[in-house]
Amino acid sequence: MSMRAASEAYAPAGASRLLETVAAWMLAGLWILPLLYALWTAFHPGEYSARFEMLAPVTLDNFTRAWSSAPFARYFLNTFVLVTLILSGQLVLCTLAAYAFARSNFKGSNVAFALVLVQLMIMPDVLIVQNYKTMSLLGMLDSIPAIALPYVASAFGIFLLRQTFKTVPQELDEAARIEGAGAVQTLLRVYVPLAKPVYLAYGLVSVSYHWNNFLWPLIVTNSVEARPLTVGLQVFASTDQGIDWSIICAATLMTSAPLLIAFLLFQRQFVQSFMRVGIR
Amino acid sequence: MRTEAPATPLVLVARSIRPSSTTVHAWLLLLPAMTLLALFTHWPALATFIDSFFSTPRPKRGATFVGLENYRQIIDDPIFWQALTNNLLFAIGTIPVSIGLALLMAVWVNDRIAGRTLVRMAYFTPTVLPMIAVANIWLFFYTPQYGLLAQLLSAFGGASYNWLGSKDTALLCVTIVAVWKEAGFFMIFYLAALQQIAPSLGEAAVLEGASRWYFFRRVQFPLLMPTTLFVLVNAVINAFRTVDHIIVMTRGGPDNATSLLLFRIYELGFAFWDTSAAAALTMVLLTGLGAIALAQYIFLERRIHYR
Repeated sequence: MSMRAASEAYAPAGASRLLETVAAWMLAGLWILPLLYALWTAFHPGEYSARFEMLAPVTLDNFTRAWSSAPFARYFLNTFVLVTLILSGQLVLCTLAAYAFARSNFKGSNVAFALVLVQLMIMPDVLIVQNYKTMSLLGMLDSIPAIALPYVASAFGIFLLRQTFKTVPQELDEAARIEGAGAVQTLLRVYVPLAKPVYLAYGLVSVSYHWNNFLWPLIVTNSVEARPLTVGLQVFASTDQGIDWSIICAATLMTSAPLLIAFLLFQRQFVQSFMRVGIR
Repeated sequence: MRTEAPATPLVLVARSIRPSSTTVHAWLLLLPAMTLLALFTHWPALATFIDSFFSTPRPKRGATFVGLENYRQIIDDPIFWQALTNNLLFAIGTIPVSIGLALLMAVWVNDRIAGRTLVRMAYFTPTVLPMIAVANIWLFFYTPQYGLLAQLLSAFGGASYNWLGSKDTALLCVTIVAVWKEAGFFMIFYLAALQQIAPSLGEAAVLEGASRWYFFRRVQFPLLMPTTLFVLVNAVINAFRTVDHIIVMTRGGPDNATSLLLFRIYELGFAFWDTSAAAALTMVLLTGLGAIALAQYIFLERRIHYR
């Protein structure tokens, strides 16, 4: 990210530079304010939830109370199983499909590719009513696979990997074949290793998306055993608590913590992954 | 899957004579993904279309063909028009503001200001947080009397106001949350694009005596057009599929003032269990999204054509 950019010749100097820095910092402060506010409320006793005093006592009480008043451990486990299930399914299915699209000129490939791209516009998020009926027919309601299945065949993942596989030199493919590797072996030994950064980027984006996803899990789950964190948090915040904001803020931070901490630790990778996956 | 075979010339010849074997392999590779796509994208889209012409099955009588009745019901339903208007206002509110802010953020972070890593982090953080979590935080933020907003206003002598409880301000409140969540996400695409612009362009422009604003308007902004288009498409799609914060903050209220199309689908389908009406409304939303896709396609085609 330290590349010399075109704007460098126009980099502000003197007073305008100061003005720009102050403005950028003010906007940054504004942007992070809601989060700081939640941190303050979560780490202080209830009576300080909206009173900002330097000497307010710091406490973890809100976290322990939130943790004990709803099955958050189970919700964490559910979300973990959910994102693992979705990501592993996506990686396998999208890799196979992308390989077919990238390297073979087969009958019906254009139609098949169009059928895949349809999902970019007709997203599972919009087909909630019918997908609920399907899950009900399959007898899968209120289960973690029911949350995962509509997202496993990801048009976006197929498209992204297809683009990546297309950049692999044909000679490498042929060399592997001459050495006697079959189609699947070539895929695993040549294509997958070369696409590693794309897999990492796609994985990060997929995990953050499904860690945060809410509407479909809300509709399709109904019990503690299947609910992911987002739905668990909503059930907790809307029914159990009345309006004890300290506890709700603590629960909110708790559910976002794994992603937030991962983001703070691997900021560069996150930003670059989102960038890589976004620019197609 | 193909079993391993020595790649003798004979096999290569045989393969070129029978192209169907490649086709079979390719379709085998596609089979798992295609099955799931058919089950959870193609079939539901088709079934939604069919359902929208039938009545909602009830315990006493099954679904009967009703023609365009569900669509007429939608047209006669004032809440649909309200949700459509709200969604358009929400889109008009979020799209230009979040894109404009994203561009501003990117330009600032791209300049070598002090502490730019921290600033970039502050802008991007909302992107990685669950919408449902941040919506809870913003709900607290807007709370009358106790919320931060109310406290700030009372410090300046303002009266407490129920921001989310009032029909006049509720939609604006949820729009602000969406802008806050999105702008940092779009920023990174502009940042990447800004860094792709060759330094020589800036140097040349300085020699020509162009002002910074002129350089931005005539050089940087046009070069950022593909990024703007990409971000725009994403912003439009998001404006029609983000309802998490509505469910947390207002549940479409007060008096449907914050009901968006997808929220209305959710409400019809899962609160009133009127699945036919929900199906018809889903078709309306899908048609809208399809029109956007088509417009994007035509626009892109034309751009490539004239380049």
